Amino acid sequence: MCLGVPGKVVEVNGNTATVDFWGVRRQVFLDVVDEPVAVGDYILNHVGFAIRRIPESEIAETLALFEQLLQDSDQDDLMARDVRGEIAATGDPNREPS
Amino acid sequence: MVEALARVTAELGRAPVSVMHVCGSHEQAIAKFGLRTTFPRSLNVIMGPGCPVCITDTPEVDEGVVLARQGVHIATYGDMVRVPGTVMSLADTQADGAKIHIIYSAGQAVDLAKQLKEPVVFFATGFETTAVATAAVILKGIPDNLSILSAHKYIPPVMEIVAEMPETKVEGFLAAGHAAAITGWGVFEPFVQRHRLPVVVAGFEPLDILAGLVRLIELVRDRAPAVVNMFPRCVTKEGNRPAQEQLWRVFRPMGGRWRGIAHVPNGNLRLRDEFAHLDARRRFTIDLTSLWDYAPPALAQSCICGDIMAGISSPTDCTLFGKECVPEKPVGACMVSSEGACRIWRQYGGHPDLGDVQ
Repeated sequence: MCLGVPGKVVEVNGNTATVDFWGVRRQVFLDVVDEPVAVGDYILNHVGFAIRRIPESEIAETLALFEQLLQDSDQDDLMARDVRGEIAATGDPNREPS
Repeated sequence: MVEALARVTAELGRAPVSVMHVCGSHEQAIAKFGLRTTFPRSLNVIMGPGCPVCITDTPEVDEGVVLARQGVHIATYGDMVRVPGTVMSLADTQADGAKIHIIYSAGQAVDLAKQLKEPVVFFATGFETTAVATAAVILKGIPDNLSILSAHKYIPPVMEIVAEMPETKVEGFLAAGHAAAITGWGVFEPFVQRHRLPVVVAGFEPLDILAGLVRLIELVRDRAPAVVNMFPRCVTKEGNRPAQEQLWRVFRPMGGRWRGIAHVPNGNLRLRDEFAHLDARRRFTIDLTSLWDYAPPALAQSCICGDIMAGISSPTDCTLFGKECVPEKPVGACMVSSEGACRIWRQYGGHPDLGDVQ
């Protein structure tokens, strides 16, 4: 549960952002992120909140790690399951903002 | 890297040496990639209290169970539902008609409360990383029918307890990368000063873990207690300031029990008085004696999840492991959670025999 999963910010709307996780667009809260976030940035998402803006120099390495993890793992894999859980923790971008 | 680890461990000139990590994701990576087969025989890498679901103690589960049996909607993170309390789990109450909702985030608890318009209790578990999200949701404002049952835990104080346990003889800690992203690595400095034990912050890629272990054993060898950050791509000294501010505005650290680790001073995160009106413990009468009519399951007496959490025992030391206790029918919390040592060892094989014949 202490895992952060990376995604790309495609839209910022006040305290929420639409974030792309490998083609899936989800809503993420920006209330506790460490640095201001803009479109094009990558963030680490944990339970629906961006907890870190990933510095430019670290994006490629971070993404590669998760991509390998998701590719190499079947449905039952515990690590991959936790990663998918973190993506499920984000909001549906099509619902009314709360 | 494997050779470096063998060399530096040999340079210690003694055996065995035990170090502890406190992160379910570290254990997943160690087991999944079979890293223990590459460790020198004299090096024990122990999983400590790093599974938030597992260290949630039985009385805390009982509070959720009693509320559920009173007819209150309970919203909680998935794995919590199957964690046994003294006599039953939330899943067991569900079989009797209790209303249990699995959520993935605190925000979904808010949505649920808005939708249901009936009393909902968010049974909030997890370490500081997850507590930050609970704090942020509370500060944004939550509906009147939503209360918080906080079982959130704070990692740094439990390291002090484990460091003092005579049974474990831990000589250094591998700290979890993403949790430290919130607190910053500076949070470990007082610990290192007090206990003269090194702490290395590491990521959870196999190479990150190996590199972290090499550095940690070097520090043990050199008798150089220090905090070393081997995960700078994620962790800074100060950590995430806005997250810390919100965390401590909502929560205060309080002593309390962790499963298997006894009382941990300042180890639990409870709502501050100004949020008392949201605190399920104050809004509801939680009568734990109502569970006294039930007897605990006999198998639970043999479960050593507590000792596993404390790093005293391994999953394979348990007589139930893989026999009476399996992921489909878990006896203890360590077999329930994807971050629990038993569940992880059951899935990946935790300590392959290869490690013993090197």
